[in-house]
Amino acid sequence: MAKPRPLSPHLQVYRPQLTSIMSIMHRASGAVLATGSLLVALWLVALAAGAAVFNPVADAMQHPLGQLVVFGYSLALVYHGLNGIRHLMWDLRIGLEIKQVYQSGYLVLGLTFLVTAALWLAV
Amino acid sequence: MAEFRLPKNSQITDGITHKASADAAKVKTFKIYRWSPDDDSQPRIDSFEIDLDDCGPMVLDALIKIKNEKDSSLTFRRSCREGICGSCSMNIDGTNTLACLKSISDVKGDVKIYPLPHMPVVKDLVPDLSNAYRQLTSIEPWLKNDSKVADGGERRQSPAEREKLDGLWECVLCFSCSTACPSYWWNSDEYLGPAVLLQAYRWISDSRDEQKRERLDALDDSFSLYRCHTIMNCAKTCPKGLNPGKAIAGIKSEMAQR
Repeated sequence: MAKPRPLSPHLQVYRPQLTSIMSIMHRASGAVLATGSLLVALWLVALAAGAAVFNPVADAMQHPLGQLVVFGYSLALVYHGLNGIRHLMWDLRIGLEIKQVYQSGYLVLGLTFLVTAALWLAV
Repeated sequence: MAEFRLPKNSQITDGITHKASADAAKVKTFKIYRWSPDDDSQPRIDSFEIDLDDCGPMVLDALIKIKNEKDSSLTFRRSCREGICGSCSMNIDGTNTLACLKSISDVKGDVKIYPLPHMPVVKDLVPDLSNAYRQLTSIEPWLKNDSKVADGGERRQSPAEREKLDGLWECVLCFSCSTACPSYWWNSDEYLGPAVLLQAYRWISDSRDEQKRERLDALDDSFSLYRCHTIMNCAKTCPKGLNPGKAIAGIKSEMAQR
């Protein structure tokens, strides 16, 4: 019986690049949105329950940590939405050349920054 | 389930350094993954210092030089040394490519060389490709038709029909793309991977093939095709400049339209 073969290194050695990084960010932002939606639901329940319940929730959201959570949620929402459009285009077989993949990738990253900034400046 | 860490028997240790001679002017260090089934040691990284003034321009030239002059036990696949046979695929400087097509001068700093990622290692830079070949067999990569040709001659194609195969037939089956794909790393038992799906699309797209429907049927489950999440590492790394991700999008589109 031959001895078991080792598995060659993968994540440990493969160069991070825009393609893979934006893909894992898409999945991570999706996970953030799924979790964040629970918090949105809690916020709505608190709102429906009246001032006595809602006031502490609103205070928590004003706390710097609360603001950080809301900011993270908004960032994930904008990124996932914009990159989702990129994925829909790909499903229509548009923009699949590697040069276009990089162009749309940088566009999504730039727009994510701008749209999130605009949201926070407007609110 | 995806296992992000290497198993215990696969973790890499430090190896031996082979120094260049003192009069070498242009020294480059090659850090190469080593593992042999003939002893009980862990995989290790050996360093070989090479004088580039006395070496060919490609990474494969350096590997052959090392095997000839420094360590004849260094094991790797190679044949044509001009990007046609697909034998010398490996992970060089963090991405997969053919050693014969990769210029040493394109690598900044030390040249790190590993076998194709997330594959069982036979020895040193030689991965076991049995699973990939079995998957290639599963898509039945040959022309299938039962009809007789009217005049008894060749099955003719129009130039437009023939053009649909461009970007597909050129694949040399080096599996650089499949082993660059994180989705293939985590699901290679059920997901066919970019190289094999590019071949699948090659036969789906062939106007002379009469089994397109059966070919699509065979891919219509949740793993074989749909584990592709359009990460696009495949197209980024292909040493032949092909685009497996685009071919897979073509199969998905055919699947959605039928």
